[in-house]
Amino acid sequence: MVALDSGKHTVVPAPSPRTARRPRRRQRHVGWVFAGPAAALFALFFAYPLGASLLQSFTAEDAGSLRWVGLDQYQRLLHDPAFADALVNTGLILVMQVPVMVGLALLLAALLNQSWLRFRGTWRAVHFLPAVTTLVAYAVVFQVLLKTDNGLVNQMLGAVGLSPIDWLNDPTWARVSLILTLTWRWTGYNAVILLAGLQSIGKEQYEAAALDGASTFTTYTRVILPQLRPVVLFCVITSTIGTLQLFDENYVLTRGGPDDATLTPVVYLYKVGFQQFDFGYAAAIAWVVVALIAAISAAQYFAFGRERRR
Amino acid sequence: MTRSPGSFVGRLFVRALLLVGAVVSLVPFLWMAIAATHSSADLFHSPPPFLPGGRLLDNLSRLQETIGFGRVMVNSVGIAVVQTVLSSLVSAMCGYGLAKYRFRGRGLVLAAVLATMMIPFQVLLVPLFQMMASVGWIDSYQAVILPFLANSFGILLMRQGFVGFPDELIESARVDGCGELRTFYRVVLPCVRPQLGALVIFTFMAAWNSFIWPLLMLNSEDKYTVPVALNTLTGLSRVDYSGLMLGSLLATLPLMALFLLFQRQFVAGLLGGAVKG
Repeated sequence: MVALDSGKHTVVPAPSPRTARRPRRRQRHVGWVFAGPAAALFALFFAYPLGASLLQSFTAEDAGSLRWVGLDQYQRLLHDPAFADALVNTGLILVMQVPVMVGLALLLAALLNQSWLRFRGTWRAVHFLPAVTTLVAYAVVFQVLLKTDNGLVNQMLGAVGLSPIDWLNDPTWARVSLILTLTWRWTGYNAVILLAGLQSIGKEQYEAAALDGASTFTTYTRVILPQLRPVVLFCVITSTIGTLQLFDENYVLTRGGPDDATLTPVVYLYKVGFQQFDFGYAAAIAWVVVALIAAISAAQYFAFGRERRR
Repeated sequence: MTRSPGSFVGRLFVRALLLVGAVVSLVPFLWMAIAATHSSADLFHSPPPFLPGGRLLDNLSRLQETIGFGRVMVNSVGIAVVQTVLSSLVSAMCGYGLAKYRFRGRGLVLAAVLATMMIPFQVLLVPLFQMMASVGWIDSYQAVILPFLANSFGILLMRQGFVGFPDELIESARVDGCGELRTFYRVVLPCVRPQLGALVIFTFMAAWNSFIWPLLMLNSEDKYTVPVALNTLTGLSRVDYSGLMLGSLLATLPLMALFLLFQRQFVAGLLGGAVKG
């Protein structure tokens, strides 16, 4: 993950003969000249609203006045069928889309990593291109592609003798559509990250495996993949976090419908907060999302981490 | 005893798979470009159009009429440019401060950077909205831009770039009587151009793609950004599909151009956080 090594690399100017004369105290404040603007922005637009949101999740609005309700909002969430739907949808995407996409990305990265392949840069760029589309624009394009009456995809299905599919209006197919859309956009992105991981693995490893008579497949599964684990973990965690925060795609594609089949926690948060103006409840939803992200990321980290220690 | 890396059939197979992936990646773009030049009705004819048609200008003028596309595009460019310049500056400065100075509260700043990275922006939606409402900034550009100026990804990216920067150079600039800020702008910043390039591209992309926040902040149509305007088109009872495709194409082209021009920095930036681990 992000290499932070906090402090370790922070180089305090070495007390060379010249600087030793410099008053040290000055150094103690100069840092703020640079970090100050960012710190002020963080305080104003992050720390303050974060605290406000937490407090808000323990309140409810009654006839225009705020009331402290403790954990009521969170309890309400426990019994909210729409929120349950949103969680189920997110869970489905997590168990279906994320592994498929990371698997495809691994395959793609391995293909792009072939040293004999010509125009590697071009191949890579083509596969990466979906990741540089405007989020809303690609959702719009898929909406048109997947249109039930004579959309391009249904026409292609018709050409091979299949009946049209009601992609965006049938609950099951709407989920499939969302999964396909997400996979289209993010596979190449993850592949590029994995490819960089592959390239950081020394050439001699492939050669050694080849000398031992290992097939390409065995080389990848037995020798390369285990070393790639931290990068795979990075892709899995970022994709998971992305899924838990999903909004743009399904909001534009289906508005969370049909029948909440593509509702996600953030689309629900948006509806509760900005269509029903139930701010306390929206804040509770937001904090449950935070808790889920923390819990799932930690679980994935430890699951992968334990195997590594073996 | 050097083994050739893969047999002829194996190589062909690899190329075939890559080609399939490339087709899947590219077809939506091609369709977007073709569809932008036809009328909406043509898009759903059987068989669908495979070649560009002659309705591009029609679609463009209709797009201009319905959502004021030119204006919306100018808004998006303006917001993205201002956000990119300011945010890159703030991030670079903070990254430098964290990399090269020890100061009281440094740990706190670093903690804030990490926390913003881990906590989803959606948590802040409601309180930020209320903040903006209470100062009367709803429907203003500053409300769209300000919350994103301190960008933790950018700060960490720049910090990585500065950590390896030789202190001797900074020292000698100081000895020559160059002030701290001037040292930063004149001596240090020009040396981390690759990271800065990656940061600029990423910030621009993020600003260009931003959807939920501008959707909440902007009310008047003449202030909409491209994604918000496109979204209003999808919600209509009679959707103008070819207009939508043209709008999507025009919304995507700047990012594609940026990517094709700066591929190297782009990938480097992408990996700034990823692979070191």
